Amino acid sequence: MNIMTPTPPSKGRVDVDNFALSYDTLEGPVEAVSNASIHVNPGEFVSIVGPSGCGKSTLLNAVAGFLKPTRGGVTVDGEPIDGPGADRGMVFQQYSLFPWKTVKGNVEFGLKMKHLDKSSRDRAARTLLGLAGLTAFENKYPDSLSGGMKQRVGIVRALATGPKVLLLDEPFGALDAQTRVIMQQILTNMWQRLKISVLFVTHDIDEAIFLSDRVYCMTARPGSIKAEITIPLERPRHQSMMMSSEFLGLRRGLMSLIREESIKAMGGELNDLALDGLSIDLHGQSLADVL
Amino acid sequence: MKVETFALRREQQTATGPEIGAETSHVRTVQSPAGAPPQLAAYLRRWLALNRRGLRAVLIGAISLALFLLAWHLLTENRVVFFIRFTNVPSPSAVYESLTRAMQDSTFFTHVVLSCRRILFGFSLAALIAVPLGLVMGRFRVAHEILFPVMEVLRPIPAIAWVPMAIMLWPTNEQSIIYITFLGSFFPILVNTLHGMSLVDPVLVRAAQCLGAREVSIFREVYFPASLPHIFTGLTVGMGVAWVSLIAAEMISGQFGIGYFTWEAYSLVQYADIALGMICIGVLGLGSSALIRGLGRLVMPWNRT
Ligand SMILES: Nc1ncnc2c1ncn2[C@@H]1O[C@H](COP(=O)(O)OP(=O)(O)O)[C@@H](O)[C@H]1O
Ligand SMILES: [Mg+2]
Repeated sequence: MNIMTPTPPSKGRVDVDNFALSYDTLEGPVEAVSNASIHVNPGEFVSIVGPSGCGKSTLLNAVAGFLKPTRGGVTVDGEPIDGPGADRGMVFQQYSLFPWKTVKGNVEFGLKMKHLDKSSRDRAARTLLGLAGLTAFENKYPDSLSGGMKQRVGIVRALATGPKVLLLDEPFGALDAQTRVIMQQILTNMWQRLKISVLFVTHDIDEAIFLSDRVYCMTARPGSIKAEITIPLERPRHQSMMMSSEFLGLRRGLMSLIREESIKAMGGELNDLALDGLSIDLHGQSLADVL
Repeated sequence: MKVETFALRREQQTATGPEIGAETSHVRTVQSPAGAPPQLAAYLRRWLALNRRGLRAVLIGAISLALFLLAWHLLTENRVVFFIRFTNVPSPSAVYESLTRAMQDSTFFTHVVLSCRRILFGFSLAALIAVPLGLVMGRFRVAHEILFPVMEVLRPIPAIAWVPMAIMLWPTNEQSIIYITFLGSFFPILVNTLHGMSLVDPVLVRAAQCLGAREVSIFREVYFPASLPHIFTGLTVGMGVAWVSLIAAEMISGQFGIGYFTWEAYSLVQYADIALGMICIGVLGLGSSALIRGLGRLVMPWNRT
């Protein structure tokens, strides 16, 4: 809340403070998130994990500007959020590419909205498509692409406008395991090149650890922050690190946190029986610090 | 940074590598046993294999049409009376004769051209008004709330029922006929445009907003193209109804036009011309629908159907 260090040169700081959001329904208000505070430093890669239905998308949509918090504040670089805008790029699980635009047309869309002239749009789109290995597909329509390619276009499209923050809501959830690994690598590459802040929502613990500098773990609905875990793995990261004892320790810790919440989300009766089999084994020292 | 790009590239290669390998080996097994075959023959064979279904449909369609003509010929030549009476129905050959006569006659062309012109005006006017109206009604609740009740009351009234009213409303006969044609195609276009607007994926709108699009751009870049497939469904249906309405209006109040030609043939006891007029209407309807479909394919290259 009070930043002691001088503001860093690059932009893209996200502050979510004491955030709460309720949906109005016929049965009365449904509290999706009860109290969450999340911070993303400029250039940092932060993930949010939690059981399904805990309010991850709700939180991310509030940062995107689609939802207004019932309580608390959401700011980007100190500015309160007032509706969606190109300073926060968003990547959706359902890809959401414009089917009537070619791959290049999709990527150029944000630049067209910025009234960039045709030749600079063209150049920017080509550069980014090259980075994502999509040059050969620039004139194809999205319907003819595989899921992995579609999502690469989705990421490139969101990055094209040069946003300060990239928001991703379970972007690889619909992809097969092999494709997902490649996509994670590509996302890491682009993130390091563009030095952009990332807020990444997922329910895949391995993915969260492998990609992030920090991971927030949410409780079952109404969601709040249960734990914040710093991932001390060095960069660049490699697939082989997923076998290291450090990684496995982090994984075990996060897994038990999540499992506890998932059981809560599925109904309390399971508790006694199921929790018996879960030993919260904290091999990851940093996790022990947090708890 | 060097290391990372290398890692990325390697990942991609391993991902695409096996596919490429499989494909080249597949191609080799197909071509190698043939040695150096005549390229054209092989190409033709493959084309035949791939288009067998289409060819079959064309063949059966041709046979079916020939059988229809044959049945028509036999029924009329033998003046069959079996509850319905074929005594006065012209035979295919009589209609053909009538056609050759009409081809040398400029008044027949005048009828056809005038009908086409009425369709062009009436239908284009309907499209130019109904599509934007549907887009606006689909986007802005107030417009929908105000206009929808009026539309719903007027919609069930068939265009033909408007004939007397149209004659009173418009100063000339020509204008009232165009008005009838307009009415016939207006509602199918409007309803389908509205339907298309209601199906626009809200996530696409969100995606556009995240990319900095404001209201006007969202309208032009998301709502309009997303609704286009349904707009074209509306245009196709609307074109069909436009012909129905036009022919009815021409039969009742026209002085020219292919509908009037058909009706006049009955009054003048030119029975072959009745069938000629009918066939001509059918062909024109078919042609205009095909035109709309072709236009749709041109405008929506992403919509591969
Ligand atoms: N529009 C809505 N109206 C009512 N309840 C909603 C709405 N959207 C989400 N919810 C509820 O809020 C909770 C959080 O949803 P969401 O943020 O989508 O969870 P997550 O993304 O973590 O799976 C869920 O229990 C869901 O049922
Ligand atoms: Mg979600």
